[in-house]
Amino acid sequence: MRKPLLTLFLLAGLLPAGGPAALAATGPAVDSGDTAFIILCTALVMLMTPALAFFYGGMVRQKNVLSTMMHSFIAIALVSLIWVLYGYSLAFGPDIKGLIGAPSAIGLKGVSMLPNETYAATIPELVFVAFQLMFAIITTAIISGAYAERMRFTAFLLFSALWVSVVYLPLAHWVWGDGGWLRQLGALDFAGGTVVHISSGVSGLVAALVLGRRKGLKSQPPLPHNLPFTVLGASLLWFGWFGFNAGSALGSNGLAAMAFLVTNTAAATAALAWLLAEWLHHGKPTVLGAASGAVAGLVAITPAAGFVTPLASLLIGLGGGLLCYLAVAVLKQRLGYDDALDAFGCHGVGGMWGALATGLFATKTVNELGADGLLYGNPHQLLVQLIGVAATIVFAALATWLLLKLVGLLTELRVSPEEEEMGLDITVHGEKAYRENLSGSPLPGTSGSLLAQAGATSLSH
Amino acid sequence: MKKIEVIIRPGKLEEVKAALSKYGIRGMTVSEVAGCGLQKGKKEVYRGNEYTIDLLPKVKVEIVVGQERVAELVDLLVATTRTGQIGDGKIFIYPVEDAVRIRTGERGLTALGESGQ
Repeated sequence: MRKPLLTLFLLAGLLPAGGPAALAATGPAVDSGDTAFIILCTALVMLMTPALAFFYGGMVRQKNVLSTMMHSFIAIALVSLIWVLYGYSLAFGPDIKGLIGAPSAIGLKGVSMLPNETYAATIPELVFVAFQLMFAIITTAIISGAYAERMRFTAFLLFSALWVSVVYLPLAHWVWGDGGWLRQLGALDFAGGTVVHISSGVSGLVAALVLGRRKGLKSQPPLPHNLPFTVLGASLLWFGWFGFNAGSALGSNGLAAMAFLVTNTAAATAALAWLLAEWLHHGKPTVLGAASGAVAGLVAITPAAGFVTPLASLLIGLGGGLLCYLAVAVLKQRLGYDDALDAFGCHGVGGMWGALATGLFATKTVNELGADGLLYGNPHQLLVQLIGVAATIVFAALATWLLLKLVGLLTELRVSPEEEEMGLDITVHGEKAYRENLSGSPLPGTSGSLLAQAGATSLSH
Repeated sequence: MKKIEVIIRPGKLEEVKAALSKYGIRGMTVSEVAGCGLQKGKKEVYRGNEYTIDLLPKVKVEIVVGQERVAELVDLLVATTRTGQIGDGKIFIYPVEDAVRIRTGERGLTALGESGQ
């Protein structure tokens, strides 16, 4: 069995047709400005996943910070391999009935340093491969916010590998792949509101429901152990999001500039909107609220980033901030599910609003290749967006539920109550994020920092 | 000998240290603790959800002194740590049977450095 497999890999990956020089002589031209820009954007999008690790890591309890950050960090490694082996091919390969790409580029066979004119006519296809890879990585990582503090690592690995293969790749093909059925229908998703955020948010909600609530939330309230981490993470997400959205123009051009500006405007508006909602609701404007609002705004503008005006982005951000706040502060409490870090509340709800808002505010004056939305006289676009949202919700929810059931047959999904009580860092990974002070006290607010500041340790009597 | 255990607001530690030093007491043990008393805890808000924190961070300072210094010291500590608001803390006074300075083996008040006072 091993020899044919090895041969396949060698043939697929190691023997591209001709060298770069031979290809350059006949193929389309690479634009160095576009290429430099998209490589930079790819690196920015990559940074978003470690940023997400900090964003999420700060919000969990001290005993689970490493396991939570691990979910994001390992997603980079896991999805990177899958993407090169078969992921890119199934998402962007030749269309099969609008549903999936053909496995003709397994191991990136035939993917060259020349542009693929179907997707990005001025940059090497390899850059497009890497750029899209970063989207697949962060989407997989976002889901982990829902089941943080209780999923077994083995189950996480299996689920993530299956999820990206069974949910992400088809969805990416439906929406962005040449011949994908939602793309054919005219659904607009500039940088992944549907593919990235609705899919991960809804899948996160299903995972939270299948795994159940964390133990002992009353006796050990799940308070964030390090909000500066979370603010750092949110800030880096905001920064990286410029690569996410502006880079989705796939060129260093005016559309990228517009995407950049509307991204910033929506994030800023949503941060203020969330802050205001919280201030009115609870009497204090919190830092976590500002950071969460910014992320909600970034999510909401993502599908619309290349199709709307700055003023529309302000309204999209406003809606994103308020709706996500309502989802997190009211809906979650009313329904009682334990989406630990609000993958659904921020990404699912923000993504849905953004996708529908694209159907409201999109205008061809911003992007000729897009479409006009309801407010520009085309109600049909809103219907198309609604179909895209509904299809994504149904597909992601059903497939995630089935995958979790499958993984549950192979291994336990959840750590034992004892492991959960002790924390996943020490029980699953055998590590601790922080050394305790000599007393080893796990009490809140007793990290030893005060003693260090005061310079007061035990003195002899 | 008596042990004076003072539970104070964390922000009062520096003042207490300075006051004790001025009073001539150099030996103390300080720990960060959490607790509750009349102060019923405080409300924290995270992502629009309120949590009541029952155990609040406090600092515990332990000092062992000779019997005759206790009253004066308690007055000093009260004067130093009082804000008048709920949550100022408590002072507990315990009898101590003996003390040993490990380095020299000295006992009692001598071990505390108070002999001759």
